[in-house]
Amino acid sequence: MDVNFEALLPELLLTLVACGVMTIDLFLPKEKRGLAFPLAFIGVLATLAAVLNLYGQNLTTLDGMFVVDRFAVIFKIIFCVAALLVFAVSQAYLNDDKDVPHGEYYTMMLFSLLGMLTIASSRDLIAIFVALEMISLPAFILAGIRKYDIRSNEAALKFFLFGVLSTALMLFGMSLFYGLTGATNLADISAGLAGRTDIDEVALLAILFLIVGFGFKVSAFPFQWWVPDTYEGAPIPVAAFLSVASKTAGFVGLFQVMFLGLGELADMWRPMFAVIGIVTMTFGNLVAIQQKQIVRLLAYSSIAQAGYMLVPLGVASATDGALNTQIIFSVVAYLLVYAFMETGAFAAATAFGRKTGKYLIEDYAGLFGRSPALAVAMAAFLFSLAGIPPFAGWWAKFVIFKTLIEGDGLVLAVIMALNTVIAMFFYLAVVKKMFVDKSEDTAAIAMPRSLAGAIGIAAIVITVGGFLPNLFGQLAENANFF
Amino acid sequence: MNLVEEWGITLAVFLPLLGAIVIVLTPKGMESIQKVLALAATGAALLVGLALTFAFEHGEPGMQFEKSLSWIPSIDSNYHVGIDGISLPLLVLSVLVCFLCIIYACWHIPEPGNAKAFLALILLLETGMNGSFIALDLVLFFVFWELVLVPMYFLIGIWGGENRQYASIKFFLYTLFGSVFMLLGFLALYFQSDPHTFDMLLLQESGVLDIPAGLASLIFGGLALGFAVKVPMWPFHTWLPDAHTQAPTIGSVLLAAVLLKMGTYGFMRIAIPILPGPAMQFAPVIAVLAAIAIVYGALCCLAQTNLKRMIAFSSVGHMGFVMLGISTMTPEGFNAAVFGMVAHGVVTGMLFFLAGSIKERYHTYEMPELAGMGLKIPKMAGLLAFCAIASLGLPGLAGFWGEVMALLASYQPLEGLDPTIFRGAMVVGAIGTVLTAGYFLWMLQRVNMGKISEKWKKVKLADVETLEYAAWLPLLALILVLGLYPRLIMDTTTSSVTALTETITGRSSGDDAHVAQVTDH
Repeated sequence: MDVNFEALLPELLLTLVACGVMTIDLFLPKEKRGLAFPLAFIGVLATLAAVLNLYGQNLTTLDGMFVVDRFAVIFKIIFCVAALLVFAVSQAYLNDDKDVPHGEYYTMMLFSLLGMLTIASSRDLIAIFVALEMISLPAFILAGIRKYDIRSNEAALKFFLFGVLSTALMLFGMSLFYGLTGATNLADISAGLAGRTDIDEVALLAILFLIVGFGFKVSAFPFQWWVPDTYEGAPIPVAAFLSVASKTAGFVGLFQVMFLGLGELADMWRPMFAVIGIVTMTFGNLVAIQQKQIVRLLAYSSIAQAGYMLVPLGVASATDGALNTQIIFSVVAYLLVYAFMETGAFAAATAFGRKTGKYLIEDYAGLFGRSPALAVAMAAFLFSLAGIPPFAGWWAKFVIFKTLIEGDGLVLAVIMALNTVIAMFFYLAVVKKMFVDKSEDTAAIAMPRSLAGAIGIAAIVITVGGFLPNLFGQLAENANFF
Repeated sequence: MNLVEEWGITLAVFLPLLGAIVIVLTPKGMESIQKVLALAATGAALLVGLALTFAFEHGEPGMQFEKSLSWIPSIDSNYHVGIDGISLPLLVLSVLVCFLCIIYACWHIPEPGNAKAFLALILLLETGMNGSFIALDLVLFFVFWELVLVPMYFLIGIWGGENRQYASIKFFLYTLFGSVFMLLGFLALYFQSDPHTFDMLLLQESGVLDIPAGLASLIFGGLALGFAVKVPMWPFHTWLPDAHTQAPTIGSVLLAAVLLKMGTYGFMRIAIPILPGPAMQFAPVIAVLAAIAIVYGALCCLAQTNLKRMIAFSSVGHMGFVMLGISTMTPEGFNAAVFGMVAHGVVTGMLFFLAGSIKERYHTYEMPELAGMGLKIPKMAGLLAFCAIASLGLPGLAGFWGEVMALLASYQPLEGLDPTIFRGAMVVGAIGTVLTAGYFLWMLQRVNMGKISEKWKKVKLADVETLEYAAWLPLLALILVLGLYPRLIMDTTTSSVTALTETITGRSSGDDAHVAQVTDH
């Protein structure tokens, strides 16, 4: 078998970095263990450079299992950038929490990132499955890495049990498709399914199982129960990592399987996604209103955001390639914006929490008077998540609405429109706390440079992107397989 | 002059934004520098607005100073801007009022202070407002439209009165609720047009939009919901009294003078010319709602003891006259509407300034406590009387023309509309003017006349101060000038509103032909 090492370069490089960080950390004296951060950061930067080098190329290797195209490269860029932001946030967090082992922490993140890079290129059920597991297993450990904290243990255990169950079901679904078509390569599956009319029941069952697996990853209802507890118990940067990078990876896998492999069966899975998307966003938004704790609020909001990104699949078509292109474009555009606004919101929550050790929304009272820059940035992220101009979130929602209307999903669009209004309510509640309410404590929140950098970059990107959304648009247009 | 013609309207929109960015970058505590910067930015925008007025070909119906640049090619949206006789007066109103608001802010920044944030937000707000009046692309319009939400939310939420939290959230959610449906309407227009476009001017051309009648009504309903909340039309007005009453003085002035006009402008620029068929269908409904708003607003005013809340409710009635004018679909009606918008902006904006300054002195808006103001601070009382009389529609002052022309226009609405309903609305509206006169005169009686209450007898209060005069004189002059010389606005608007009516008659008969064809099949 010919292996094209050029196509695999980023993954190979990242594997070396991950192993390197792990090994070097073993030999470092205790007081120097902070070195893991710069090593991992530079390693990911190098990987990003290798990824950028592949932009515009079309390479296929490992018998068609592994493909480098614009879709893959753009998602690899998103993953690397998200990882860099999360690393910057982690650095501040780990300096405060002395019990978290630095080496293991970054190593696990790097391995999880490796899985993400791989899934973006995977065009084969087995490769996708392996990549997904590669993402999840380190994430289980990361969620429980504060092992002296009972809530962190709970977070990891819940995450693990749900994760294992859903992957098992997904694997079963994959095996059914193998049974139906005799292939694991997505293109072969698509060819094998074409014109078959005798497979309805089995295919339906198999699709359902697949949806369970991906639904868990992207936190779609009813597979979202682990999300709030895991986000709350895990270190916050890990929660950011899960809600941004890991969720994006779930969507990548979902696109590949649904559009490249099961495009023929779109009539079968389209209504499922319409229902799941609607229920997910409505559930997330309604429950978010009642939250008193910032991380739980962000958790439910991220569930709702997943709903926004799932509904476009509810208008997919088995025959209309242009519409499917538009669907992928809109969700990719949303994911691009989401990566910055969600990471930014988690970073701001980290910045606030590390000074006070508190995550209650109530404690945010008067933040504008204490640390105006932090309050303004947090408000920008929340407004962006809500989809209010001038922040880029408006455009992300706009393209989703546009896709829904184009696909004759007016009802879906109206329900989503109502959801944006509901969501505004709880985002505004946090903004109100920060800007309107007063607090007794007037001390400013001190911020280490890495954290301030991450927040600043995310805030600038979503503000500039709000005025010039084509910066995201061009990338998203390119990230398409059709 | 070339710079003005090429980039003038763009400058008018983005100079304030630039000012906001610069102010944010200055260190905290340099209040005087921030004030100068804000004055410079809004003043520059005002100068650009005046230069545009002089460069503008008055009497030409079409768009002028048009500019189209690629903005978001991935969704077919362009930075397409331009102004005609309908948008120019509103743009000038906006830049003028914003400048005066900054002057007023130099006199007084409300509690809890923080000039930097306060000024930056006003400038950001100005960008959104100016942009809404020049955008010729639906997406661009939507962005500017939504852009006003965030700064206005903060202005009310941080610097507002006691009940500011409730008022600010209500304002935000209400407007957002309307605007998401407006957005869905925009998208539906995009996909129903051939070739697909967000361009307002293209969408108005016959043949571009080919929609089944039922869907067209639905889309119009979505757009109308968004605009009606902003106007606000009865029964979507309930956010207004809270927001206007709780907002800081400058916030109320901007809300009343400019923000509300975005809704009526949306009807005239987007909903009616693009969907004239459904517009004709809905026109009687709008007329009835407008008539209800006029009487309802007046009755609510009669029940108020709070001066500011009374002024807020008077907006509901005045905007009712504007909507009544629009609903007739005639050039006279549209002229009345644009004139009414500007006049209401000037007069009610001024009234809110006065209410704010009175509160600064008396620490209350309650009319019984203000009794005897004519003895205590006579100049302020005189101005209040002047503006109240202008607002109630005395001939010779600005408030008169918009109201009387709207009433006249509704006697004879556009052909195809049932005159009975409109004449009914006219009668109701006329009763409304009597009630309006009633509550304003009663207010003057309670505030300006009467005995000074015990509490204020011994206390000395400052009368109108220099900076207040500086902020108010332009508005006071405009109230008089517009009242004596209404052609100042009409000369600019008439050709454009005539073209608007022509679009309606031309397009809706074309649509009728289309409907007939469909039934033939």
